[in-house]
Amino acid sequence: MNPFSSGTRLRDMIRAIRACKTAAEERAVVRKECAAIRASINENDQEYRHRNLAKLMFIHMLGYPTHFGQMECLKLIASAGFPEKRIGYLGLMLLLDERQEVLMLVTNSLKQDLNHTNQYIVGLALCALGNICSAEMARDLAPEVERLLQFRDPNIRKKAALCSIRIIKKVPDLAENFINPAAALLKEKHHGVLITGVQLCTDLCKVSSEALEHFRKKCTEVLVKTLKDVANSPYAPEYDVGGITDPFLHIRLLRFLRVLGQGDADASDSMNDILAQVATKTESNKNAGNAILYECVETIMSIEDNGGLRVLAINILGRFLSNRDNNIRYVALNMLMKAISVDAQAVQRHRATILECVKDSDASIRKRALELVYLLINESNVKPLTKELIDYLEVSDQEFKGDLTAKICSIVEKFSPEKIWYIDQMLKVLSEAGNFVKDEVCHALIVVMSNAPDLHGYTVRALYKAFQASSEQESLVRVAVWCIGEYGDMLVKNVGMLDVEDPITVTESDAVDVAEITIKRHTSDLTTKAMALIALLKLSSRFPSCSERIRDIIVQQKGSLVLELQQRSLEFNSILEKHRNIRSALVERMPVLDEATFSGRRAGSVPTTLSPSTMASVKVPNGVVKPAAAPLVDLLDLTSDDAPAPSSSSGDFLNDILGVDLSPASAHSGASQAAKNGTDVLMDILSLGTPPAQSSSSTPDIFSLSQNQKSPVASLDGLSTSSPVSAHAASPQAASSIIDLLDGLGPSPPAPENNGPAYPSVVAFESSSLRVMFDFSKSPGNPQITVIKATFTNLSSNIYADFVFQAAVPKFLQLHLDPASGNTLPASSSGTVTQTLRVTNSQHGKKSLVMRIRIAYKINGKDVLEEGQINNFPREL
Amino acid sequence: MIHFVLLISRQGKVRLTKWYSAYPQKERTKVIREISGEVLARGPKLCNFVEWRGLKVVYRRYASLYFCMCINQGDNELEVLEIIHHYVETLDRYFGSVCELDLIFNFHKAYYILDELLLAGELQESSKKTVARLIAGQDALVETAKEEANSISSIIAQASK
Repeated sequence: MNPFSSGTRLRDMIRAIRACKTAAEERAVVRKECAAIRASINENDQEYRHRNLAKLMFIHMLGYPTHFGQMECLKLIASAGFPEKRIGYLGLMLLLDERQEVLMLVTNSLKQDLNHTNQYIVGLALCALGNICSAEMARDLAPEVERLLQFRDPNIRKKAALCSIRIIKKVPDLAENFINPAAALLKEKHHGVLITGVQLCTDLCKVSSEALEHFRKKCTEVLVKTLKDVANSPYAPEYDVGGITDPFLHIRLLRFLRVLGQGDADASDSMNDILAQVATKTESNKNAGNAILYECVETIMSIEDNGGLRVLAINILGRFLSNRDNNIRYVALNMLMKAISVDAQAVQRHRATILECVKDSDASIRKRALELVYLLINESNVKPLTKELIDYLEVSDQEFKGDLTAKICSIVEKFSPEKIWYIDQMLKVLSEAGNFVKDEVCHALIVVMSNAPDLHGYTVRALYKAFQASSEQESLVRVAVWCIGEYGDMLVKNVGMLDVEDPITVTESDAVDVAEITIKRHTSDLTTKAMALIALLKLSSRFPSCSERIRDIIVQQKGSLVLELQQRSLEFNSILEKHRNIRSALVERMPVLDEATFSGRRAGSVPTTLSPSTMASVKVPNGVVKPAAAPLVDLLDLTSDDAPAPSSSSGDFLNDILGVDLSPASAHSGASQAAKNGTDVLMDILSLGTPPAQSSSSTPDIFSLSQNQKSPVASLDGLSTSSPVSAHAASPQAASSIIDLLDGLGPSPPAPENNGPAYPSVVAFESSSLRVMFDFSKSPGNPQITVIKATFTNLSSNIYADFVFQAAVPKFLQLHLDPASGNTLPASSSGTVTQTLRVTNSQHGKKSLVMRIRIAYKINGKDVLEEGQINNFPREL
Repeated sequence: MIHFVLLISRQGKVRLTKWYSAYPQKERTKVIREISGEVLARGPKLCNFVEWRGLKVVYRRYASLYFCMCINQGDNELEVLEIIHHYVETLDRYFGSVCELDLIFNFHKAYYILDELLLAGELQESSKKTVARLIAGQDALVETAKEEANSISSIIAQASK
């Protein structure tokens, strides 16, 4: 006999592991055990297989790798005896998950065991199948499970019911086979079968509308009666929980009734009585009773309206909310969120209590309450509620401040009745929790400030005061420095005093102090320091008397270790010394930032691939910098320096980028090659596609062609599918140019089989006005490359002009966009535009494609922008 | 639906894990670490729910053990507390005033009982009596098999004498 295989008993191994004092010791014991188990596996030792697997499970639980034991599970399952099978199935469920290929090997054993004469073995197989089966296994074994739903022993029927849930979740197509047997389970008396049967029916309704209709018609009455019976049943010790008979069954019945009642007045009507009874009669002094009430309230809220019941439900929630048990308060808050859509007034009544919950000591409750308060806020109550929240900000826990700040900022932005109030609240938040405020929120604040010319003086003075009070909050410092740079003169001269202000005396050198303190503070980060540097430059022209001092501070930064600061200080120094005549023009006040542009861009998805270093290098081209929000926004905003009036409100993204590289004049003077290069570089940085079609000079003739002759464009579809007639209809020239568009395809379209496996087309994007379809093909021999043909259809009744499609992909993908077939999209689906995309997936087989898209067009001269993310690419692309 | 069940000791040792949704092995370790961090850090008297990655963890402490179940946002948290209690009572009935050591040395039994209670992340049986009867039935089968094996080996031993 193998010296190892005699081994220790399970109990002894556990003892030995528990006796270990250090992690290293434990590892040593486990390593030794694993070695012994491996040796035993290699010997194919049957006697100890059972024990080895038990040990492996324990070792697995401690977090050590145990993959070498997976095959042992299969062997145990395949053996004849019950004890072996029992431990084998346990090991299978513990050591494997549905993703592992090994699992497929067990399908056959499972099938045999599902047909076994011993019902316990059938039970084991059902249990394993229900817990870990994959879609393939579900498909293979569904008929067996379906049959077991009618098995004589109720304990097998209930297992089969739950197993069916897993099957229909994995393969929703199979749902219809289960409808009738599931309905039969609802008539049973055995609680286990009823519970599982009701659950199965509920899940069937989720995947199949046919099932929902069927159950609604045939089963509503039965269910109402069952609920009535169980609610009125006398004391039953077997099912009693805290004086209530089987709360689990109650809850499942209520949940199923909710599904049936939703959107169906008749069904809702038939359950009203029993719901009222449950809501009034259930004892609420124990958790079980509250669980039922909670479920009942949710059902009442979801089914078709019945005024009386709703009042009852809201009252129950009110009672929950004032309960002393935290669990009950938590679920009450949770439910009130759902109740808002039903009866906002009733929820508003509890506002004070909810606000108290925001200040609770329990993080879970705070979080729920904050979400709820956020939903409760409207124009009429925004002021008092915001005040409460901001007051609480002072004393709240550090880890809660982030959430709280984000919500306050969002509330203030959304509901602010006037600008001064918005600015006041934001300043409070910045002083209190500036470190938690996101960059884009600061940027939004600056945009608003810039748009309120009559408040410039007030704002800069308030910021100055706030800075004096606390200079610890980074974002406060940034906003303050920016404002002082822009409106420093107003600070000193007390311009635009409001009645509410106390006059303050600030000298020019006080204002410079702020920037100096910021730039010299060790805790300031690079962006803040860079902003202070710009502020100084601006102040040098606003306060000529401090000019020398400012130059000294700027010169000191020449020695900065940070390249950015060093370079700027050199540049600014030369502006101060050599270019005095243009200085004042250079550092003029920023033009008013366009709110619409900003919010449009902010809503837009910002490509994340832009690295911080590129952002830093483009940030200060003219010595004019703005407090950085997202890097791209910063990059784009530079256009407003070149052209004082922002081009258009929605702003063509790419044109903006072009505007940075080229002065508007040169863009028109036929330097399109340069423009293209410029774009390409930026495109690469942003990992966007090629420039939009209009800007390239070679494409217009193709456009006109394809617009005049719809048929060749239509036959493009044919190229990628099968019809070989295709291009003959068009003139040879047209055909060839279109084929060129498709690049890889030669004059004679290859048969579709050569294109590798066929992939289903997907609707990549659909809004009320636009649909984008993607057809896929693979270039033969290179699985990494996918050719996507995007087809755009206009679903509205307006013509879309200047139609531009853009896409961005993550780094592991490369994207090449060919020019589109046109830039005008006829109305009401009467024509399409197509565009070919080539995507190279460097992680082919590991990651699937993903893409962000942005579509811009004009309706009657008005700009429209649509965006989306595409995640539904076929996996194997 | 219950996505997974965790039993964690106060020291953060894992005593039982059961996964009803697919989490790869690596992810499982991470999940356990995150959840034990969240749950063990919570003081007494706070509510028994923790929001985690868009799901909810319902936990309840019994002596030195935390029983945690992870459910969907929309599920009934109070009911899950009852399910946990139901499991604990069933364990208690089986082991006779259960303690952590029972669950360590007989961890497989704890799994067997859980498998009679939950399946596919849903509750299977609301009667503790039925669960106890089913487990007893299966234990009896194992015992018979063991006895048979012993008698056979003793026959062999006698024969080979």
